[in-house]
Amino acid sequence: MLLSPKTEQKIVQAFLYFFTSIAVLVLLFILVVILKNGLPQLSLEFLTKNPADMGREGGILSTIVATIFLTFIALLVATPLGVGTAIYLTEYTIESRLTRIIRFGAECLAGIPSIIFGLFGFILFVNKLKFGWSILSGGLTLAFMVLPTIIRTSEEAIKSVPQAYRLVSFSLGSTRWQAITRVVLPSAVPGIVTGIILSIGRSIGETAAVIFTAGSALRMPSSLFSSSRTMAVHFYILAKEGVSMPKAYGTAAVLVIAILIINIMTYYLMEKYIKRKS
Amino acid sequence: MNRLKITSVGVCLLVVFGFFSCRPNHRGTEIVVAGSTSVQPFADKWAELFMEKRPGIVVNVQGGGSSAGIQAVKTGAAHIGMSSRELKEDEKDLYEIEVAKDGLAIIVHPSNPLDNLTIDQVRSIFSGEITSWKTLNGRDKEITVVVREEGSGTRGAFQEMVMGKTRIAKRAIVEDSNGTVREIVSRDPNAIGFISLGLVNEKVKAIALNGVFPTEGAILKKEYRLVRPFLFLTKEEPKGLAKEFIDFVLSEEIQTLVHNEGLIPIRKGSGETND
Amino acid sequence: MTKLDKNDRLIRISLLVVAFSAVSVLAVITIFIFEQGTPIMFKYGLKSFLFGQDWYPSEKSFGLLPMIVGSLMVTFGALIIGVPLGLASAIFLTEFSHRRLTRFLKPVIELLAGIPSVVYGFIGLMFLVPFIRENFGGPGLSVLAASIILGIMILPTVISIAIDSIRAVPDSYREGSIALGATKWQTVRMVVLPAARSGIVAGIILGMGRAIGETMAVIMVAGNAADIPGSILQPVRTLTSNIALEMGYASGEHREALFATGVILFIIIMILNTIANLTSARQKKR
Repeated sequence: MLLSPKTEQKIVQAFLYFFTSIAVLVLLFILVVILKNGLPQLSLEFLTKNPADMGREGGILSTIVATIFLTFIALLVATPLGVGTAIYLTEYTIESRLTRIIRFGAECLAGIPSIIFGLFGFILFVNKLKFGWSILSGGLTLAFMVLPTIIRTSEEAIKSVPQAYRLVSFSLGSTRWQAITRVVLPSAVPGIVTGIILSIGRSIGETAAVIFTAGSALRMPSSLFSSSRTMAVHFYILAKEGVSMPKAYGTAAVLVIAILIINIMTYYLMEKYIKRKS
Repeated sequence: MNRLKITSVGVCLLVVFGFFSCRPNHRGTEIVVAGSTSVQPFADKWAELFMEKRPGIVVNVQGGGSSAGIQAVKTGAAHIGMSSRELKEDEKDLYEIEVAKDGLAIIVHPSNPLDNLTIDQVRSIFSGEITSWKTLNGRDKEITVVVREEGSGTRGAFQEMVMGKTRIAKRAIVEDSNGTVREIVSRDPNAIGFISLGLVNEKVKAIALNGVFPTEGAILKKEYRLVRPFLFLTKEEPKGLAKEFIDFVLSEEIQTLVHNEGLIPIRKGSGETND
Repeated sequence: MTKLDKNDRLIRISLLVVAFSAVSVLAVITIFIFEQGTPIMFKYGLKSFLFGQDWYPSEKSFGLLPMIVGSLMVTFGALIIGVPLGLASAIFLTEFSHRRLTRFLKPVIELLAGIPSVVYGFIGLMFLVPFIRENFGGPGLSVLAASIILGIMILPTVISIAIDSIRAVPDSYREGSIALGATKWQTVRMVVLPAARSGIVAGIILGMGRAIGETMAVIMVAGNAADIPGSILQPVRTLTSNIALEMGYASGEHREALFATGVILFIIIMILNTIANLTSARQKKR
């Protein structure tokens, strides 16, 4: 059966339209369900009280604190490493076998599933280094996980700093390092920050790598070595074990809102500082 | 100016790490309790109450499973281990305190018309020999078998007390916590599973085995057979904070709570006289 | 050209050390996973690991075949659902929709890529699983449920990469084709898509990697039976969920067998990564 190209196009267009609507609607459905059921649960109390009775009562303060600490440690470790790598790749070397190996390493690392990071963190930090299930173990595991993201975005950001800036700096007699710290990095900051924010988003939402390294104790973390439960892990346990659906929705809403804000910030920064220049 | 920046960042880091690192040094005010995830939810609550009574003291309760808990006590990583199974021969060098008994309940969806099975029937269901409720004079529906994962104490206890040498069917749905098993059974009208008696709630129905319902009385009279101990373990005779916490758990107040939560207390509940 | 004093050399060397962080992390992870996982594979024989059908660690029976098949099944299922939807959306948004609609929808879709996987799993558990149980039978926790959830999860990845690679096709290609009298759809099918192919393939492979590596969402909706499913309505266990389900309590050889599961997963992912890298390298060369 032969259709005229015009009819064919019409049919195809209808199909594409239909498929696109499904994709967009499904994704929006998820968002709407979480927000519709979760927002009514939110209150100042929910955010400022510790969970009680295994999460059935109270709020989620300790899980928020745990999430923040974990993310903070991850970034504290990953940012210098990632930005350093990016500086080396862009400013201190030319494309060679060496840079290809470094890039390949970063790209492979980006593709490794989080559960493998979890296994690794469990065996290295929790067992071998005897940090136990702790904020430190979880934070370091996350640091490794977000490292490729920070490398990639920082590299993009540094690359997009116009060559003229460096030349001017050199011509004024500065060394390479001075040019980098005083001229290149300051103008690359927004891009680097984008990568950091992106990594925050990833750390906040992560479950598999965290549950085996930071544990799931509901207590307010009191030191680097206390086991603690992040928001994502808390939500996972509340939802899966049917502890409390209202609290689960509430936690999910906080999680999703936090991530949406972070992603919107990233998107805005990306548009503004990275994509335009490159 | 650069140097100033670096110094200030350094100071910030020091402050943060200082805050973090100086606290775990108060070893005398923290005890770590680790092990069975069946005991953990209860221990969490006991710890909460203990800490209310003794401000400034931290009881850190962690899961990990019975074997991990036993290991943790042996290596000194935890002050108290929690086990939901009897100790094996090579673990007997630890000091054990039974804090409660727990029944193992076979649960089905509340709408399921059956409320009694024999142990043999249960074994056949979980081994995959019986696949339809109709065989048991129930509805004409396929049975959804839900079990715990390999390595869990609850599964170990079930294997030992019900299955014996028979394997649990491969086709069975596997979940990694009692709560999840309960949740799935409560949503699927054709499901059957096993969980701690203490965790049975109104969303699921615990059925009778050989005509005996899992009640405290039946367990104490040894008529209901699926029972396992909840043990606290220490390396040597408990002393200091660990002893205080164990004594607290064995106190009348907590044992009453134990009773109210569906476990079988070691001491008699509040209504009855003791000592 | 620049002053290369002693300081600069020091900086260069320390940066080089830092630059190797990613590579060394990768190396350390590989070493640890393999060190923990391979001895037991050789002890019981590679064959019994890869092709054994019985997973009963308490009886020292460590057959991983059901999990390998399970991972492949749900990943394939995810592609069946995610790729047509994703590609269609990408084509629609680049070639057929209003520019303004695209400007709005593309970021929205990309924002959704950040939603944590546990949230997807939860939605699956609350809505999809009961729906499948009531309408198609079986326990609901199934290959089908896992495939659909994973398919949705990879949508944002597939869509945004496909959009980027379709956009990268020069407009002159389209103009040439239209000038020859082709309709828009003919142009897309015969000119744009072939030109964007390697980018699209790279996006699909990335999505595939995400699907095969996903853990929590799958555990929540797959049912996790360690058995090769006979139909898409039966429960299934993936390599990732095998690790996450049993890691909590495993000790001794059981734990080693879980690391062995990790080794196999790792190898599969590495193969996928390499393919993705090669295809995107080819795209860049063009």
